[in-house]
Amino acid sequence: MTMSVSMTVNGKTVSGNVEARTLLVQFLREHLGLTGTHVGCDTSQCGACVVHVDGISVKSCTLLAVQAEGAKVTTIEGLAKSAEELHPMQEAFRENHGLQCGFCTPGMVMSAIDLVKRHNYQLDEETVRHGLEGNLCRCTGYHNIVKSIIAGAAAMKAAGV
Amino acid sequence: MYDFAYHKPKSMADALAALKKAADGKLLAGGMTLIPTLKQRLAQPSDVIDLAAIGELRGIKVDGNGVTVGAMTKHAEVAASADVAKAIPALAKLAANIGDGQVRNRGTIGGSLANSDPAADYPAAVLGLGATITTNERTIAADDFFKGLFETALKEGEIITSVTFPKPAKAAYMKFPNPASRYAMVGVFVAQTSSGPRVAVTGAGPCAFRVKAMEDALAKNWSADAVAGIKVPANGLNGDIHGSPEYRAHLVTVMAKRAVAAAG
Ligand SMILES: Cc1cc2nc3c(=O)[nH]c(=O)nc-3n(C[C@H](O)[C@H](O)[C@H](O)COP(=O)(O)OP(=O)(O)OC[C@H]3O[C@@H](n4cnc5c(N)ncnc54)[C@H](O)[C@@H]3O)c2cc1C
Ligand code: FES
Ligand code: FES
Repeated sequence: MTMSVSMTVNGKTVSGNVEARTLLVQFLREHLGLTGTHVGCDTSQCGACVVHVDGISVKSCTLLAVQAEGAKVTTIEGLAKSAEELHPMQEAFRENHGLQCGFCTPGMVMSAIDLVKRHNYQLDEETVRHGLEGNLCRCTGYHNIVKSIIAGAAAMKAAGV
Repeated sequence: MYDFAYHKPKSMADALAALKKAADGKLLAGGMTLIPTLKQRLAQPSDVIDLAAIGELRGIKVDGNGVTVGAMTKHAEVAASADVAKAIPALAKLAANIGDGQVRNRGTIGGSLANSDPAADYPAAVLGLGATITTNERTIAADDFFKGLFETALKEGEIITSVTFPKPAKAAYMKFPNPASRYAMVGVFVAQTSSGPRVAVTGAGPCAFRVKAMEDALAKNWSADAVAGIKVPANGLNGDIHGSPEYRAHLVTVMAKRAVAAAG
């Protein structure tokens, strides 16, 4: 069944015709060309596809595009203010060597920002590790990701974002 | 995924009508089970009816007798509710350890119970607290709800609207999570209720079940030692690459001991 769908993605109103079965991640990547959101598994487990829908982190591979009708969606492309200035959480990943191949990184960063807001900028290591259970990384061993997120939380607070 | 017709009714009446009209309609709640199932082409509904726009299915109400959770309430909402944490802390804690953060942001209590996954967490709380499940047609006692592997007392076209948990004197849930999925290898919910102790197990059998021998022992003496010597038979329990029926039977006793100790 073809349906029209419209939503706000990274501050811009977008619309398109999709099949009812089109996943949000397919709409983002294939219809809008926003390929920063990755697909790492087919089992809703890896978190490479995490985006924010109305400010809440979700796995965009496990959501139909039509379920996001009218929603405000933010992807990794929507975080940085400009090409020169990264979002504080992205900057923290760069500073703390929080990525190696980078495949999991967009999902890690999106989950991290939700986690920071949910805990009112107060994060300890245990909270971060529990909060990252839905994001798998095959490279880093997580250690520097946890470090990045704790640093990113402080940087977000300082920057007021 | 095969294609289907998608509906997003705004009221229960419209949802029921859409379900009735569909050749093979399927309800969509958080989609954390249904969408992976559709992706694997394990189901091919003609129509998918999304319950997300029906406001009356959401929300948490707490009074002196207990907690009522709307069917479309997300795990993250139950986990973060200060009211639930005060009335039945074991329930808030259980919700906070379902799957992962993103699953909890979408998955709902109604979807979890309707699905009756043998390894799901909520069935243990529903059975362990002696909750009542309310549908568009009737109320169903927890003891009559879980019927078997992915099988419940729900009839074709019946929609869960809410679940009411009576407040126990004390309760705790302990799960041994599968390290990859975090579903319960075995989870045990124990509660001291107005009708006596209840012990409910998930993950071990085809669906959640109670252990009467442990309940009787706890009625005489509420202590971890009282259940330490009680073994459930391995016969009929789940066996897979993660653990044999014997291993799960063993875990039931271990988790029961820990849950009684945690309940205090
Ligand atoms: C990676 C991952 C890890 C998970 N880990 C855990 C875990 O550790 N513990 C755990 O308990 N669960 C776990 N889950 C399951 C998750 O918590 C959800 O509870 C579960 O997917 C079902 O809820 P849902 O709202 O997503 O339902 P859906 O997937 O939308 O629906 C599930 C079924 O219920 C039916 N249904 C939905 N709502 C109603 C209703 N109101 N009335 C009647 N029928 C209805 C649907 O038609 C469908 O058949 C996990 C899921 C994933 C993807
Ligand atoms: S691609 Fe979405 S969880 Fe793996
Ligand atoms: S950096 Fe390679 S998967 Fe995480």
